[in-house]
Amino acid sequence: MSMATDNKVQIEVSNNHTTTENNTTQKRVVYDTKNLNLWYSENHALKDINLEMKENEVTAIIGPSGCGKSTYIKTLNRMVELVPGVSTTGSIAYKGNNILDKAMNVEDLRTRVGMVFQKPNPFPKSIYENVAYGPKIHGIKKKALLDDIVEKSLRGAAIWDEVKDRLNENAYGLSGGQQQRICIARCLAIEPDVILMDEPTSALDPISTLKIEELIKELKQKYTIIIVTHNMQQAARISDRTVFMLNGEVVEFSETDQLFSNPKDKRTEDYITGRFG
Amino acid sequence: MAKSSGSNLNSAVNVSELIAENKKKKSINNYMEKLVPAILFLLASITVLTTIGILYTLISQAVHFFMEIPILDFFTGTELKPLSQNPEFGILPLLNGTIFSSLIAILVAGPIGIMSAIYLSEYASDKLRRILKPLLEVLAGIPTIVYGFFAFTFVTPLIRSIWPQVEATNILSPGIVMGVMIIPMIASLSEDAMTSVPNGIREGSLAMGTTKLETTIKVVIPAAFSGIMASFVLAISRAIGETMIVTIASGSSKNFTFDLTQSMQTMTAYIVEVSGGEAPAGSTLYYSLYAVALTLFVFTLIMNLLAKYISRKFREEY
Ligand SMILES: Nc1ncnc2c1ncn2[C@@H]1O[C@H](COP(=O)(O)OP(=O)(O)O)[C@@H](O)[C@H]1O
Ligand SMILES: [Mg+2]
Repeated sequence: MSMATDNKVQIEVSNNHTTTENNTTQKRVVYDTKNLNLWYSENHALKDINLEMKENEVTAIIGPSGCGKSTYIKTLNRMVELVPGVSTTGSIAYKGNNILDKAMNVEDLRTRVGMVFQKPNPFPKSIYENVAYGPKIHGIKKKALLDDIVEKSLRGAAIWDEVKDRLNENAYGLSGGQQQRICIARCLAIEPDVILMDEPTSALDPISTLKIEELIKELKQKYTIIIVTHNMQQAARISDRTVFMLNGEVVEFSETDQLFSNPKDKRTEDYITGRFG
Repeated sequence: MAKSSGSNLNSAVNVSELIAENKKKKSINNYMEKLVPAILFLLASITVLTTIGILYTLISQAVHFFMEIPILDFFTGTELKPLSQNPEFGILPLLNGTIFSSLIAILVAGPIGIMSAIYLSEYASDKLRRILKPLLEVLAGIPTIVYGFFAFTFVTPLIRSIWPQVEATNILSPGIVMGVMIIPMIASLSEDAMTSVPNGIREGSLAMGTTKLETTIKVVIPAAFSGIMASFVLAISRAIGETMIVTIASGSSKNFTFDLTQSMQTMTAYIVEVSGGEAPAGSTLYYSLYAVALTLFVFTLIMNLLAKYISRKFREEY
C-alpha cells in the first residue's frame, strides 16, 4: 500500500487550515450524528457514531477498507436504505431535523444533499442532458434558464472549457476524470447545501485527481463537503477536519492538521504511519 | 530450477522432463487440433446452408408464378380469388390480414409486456422475480394451437357477448390472443435490457432526490431503449410468422377490408389453406404458395434486420 511509506511528519498539511480554527465557533452544525448504530441484517456495521459536521467545511473520512466509511456517508442521504435488511438506531440531525425519522421525506433530503460516487456514473445521455437532469425533474422547464444552469454548473465543476463545444455529445465519450466532473456538475445543478463524495478520485489518474482536489477546495466556499477517501495525503491536502474510523467505530475526530501531526489515539497513529491498513 | 532442492519429497521426479516427454506424444493431438475447427465449421454452416436452401426453393418456384402473374399485379392486387373460374392473385388482402393481426397483437403486448418488465426489473424483490420470470416464460412455451382454440372457443365468444357485430371468425380475437402469446417475449427481453442497466446510474438519479418512478422513466428506460425496441421488433416478427392462431380463429375470407370484426386471412394462413387443399403441382395456385411464402420471408427478414439495426444504432454504452 502506497501510504506505508508515509509517516506523520512527512504529511504536509496546507496552510489554509490554520485559519479555520479561529472560525469554528461561528460555523453552523449541518449534520449532528448521535449514537448512530447500523446493521446490515446481522452485521453490525456502524457502532455508536457521534459526529458533528460544520457548514462550509471539508470533512474527510478515512480508515481501512470495510470500516464503514461508505456505509456512514450513505446514511447521511439515506441511500443506504436501498440495501434490503438495513436497520438503524440513534439519530442524525440535518439542520435540526432527524433524517432517520420515518416522517422525513428522502426526496427532499436528497435534493438538499448531493452525492458523488466512487465510479463516475453519468447517465447515458448528452452532457447537457446530464446536467439539466436534476433541474428538469424538479420542474424547471424554461430552456433559457436551463441553459444558464448548465453553463453555471459546468463552470462550477471546472469543466466548462473542456466541454462547451460538445454539450450534445454523449457523456460516455469523456475521460473518467471528465465524467466525474460532469457528475459533480450534475450535483451542483440543483444547488444542494451539502455534497457527499465517496472516494471520488479512487478510479481516476493523478492529474484528474489533482483537478478534482482543486475543485473541492473551491466548492467549500459555497458547500459543505463530506468526503470519504482511501488516500491519507488527499485527506491532509483538502480537508479541515478528519474522521478516522476503524471496524465501524469512530476512533478519532479532529482538525486535520492535528489528527495527522499529533494523533491522540494509538490506533490513529498506527494507521497514519502505515503500520496497518 | 525445477529441482526440488533440499526436500526429499518426490525428489526423483523432474517436472520439466516429464512435460517435455509428454509434448512428444502430442503429435496426434496436433492433428485433432486442426480437425476439430473444421468439424465445428461444418456443423455451424448447417443453419446457413438451410437458409440458402430455403431461399433457393422459394425463389426458383416463385419464378414460375411470376411468369404467369406480373409481379406488379401481385403486389397491388386487392382481389384474391385463387379457386375461381377467373382466378385473381392479389396479395393485398393477405398483407392486410397479416399487418392487422400483428398490429393488434403488438398493441396488446407492448404496454403489458413493458409494464411487466418494469415491475420485474425495478420493483419485484429478487425472490419474487425468481418465481415470476420462469412462470412468464412458461406462457411462451404453450403450443400455438392451444392459443388458437383459446381464441376461437373462449375469446371470440367473450368479445361477441359484448360486441355482437363481431363475426364468428374475425381478426380481432386472434390478434389479441397473439398479443398474449408474445407478452412473455417482450417482458423477458425488455427485463433483461433493463436489468443490465448498471445500478450506479439508478443511484446517481435517486441521489438527486428523484422518486423510483421518475428514475425508471427518465433514466432506466431510455438507457435500455435499444433492448426494449429490439424486443418489440422481434415480437412483431414472431406475430407476422404466427400461423395456427389466425388459421383457426380468423377463418379464410380473402376480403380486402379494414373491418376488425370480419374474417381476414394472413399470409401464413393462406399457405396452410392452399398446401392443405389439393393444389395440383405445377398450377398457378400451387406456385402462388411460393410467392406468398417468399413475401413472408422477406417481411420477417426485414423485421429481424430492423431489430439488429435498432439495437446497434441506439446501443447505450455504459
Ligand atoms: N450492501 C451491503 N450488504 C451487506 N453488508 C454490507 C454492504 N455494504 C457494506 N457491507 C458491510 O459493511 C461493512 C462496512 O462496509 P463499507 O461501508 O462499504 O466500508 P468502507 O466503505 O469503509 O470500505 C463491511 O463489513 C461490509 O461487509
Ligand atoms: Mg467504500
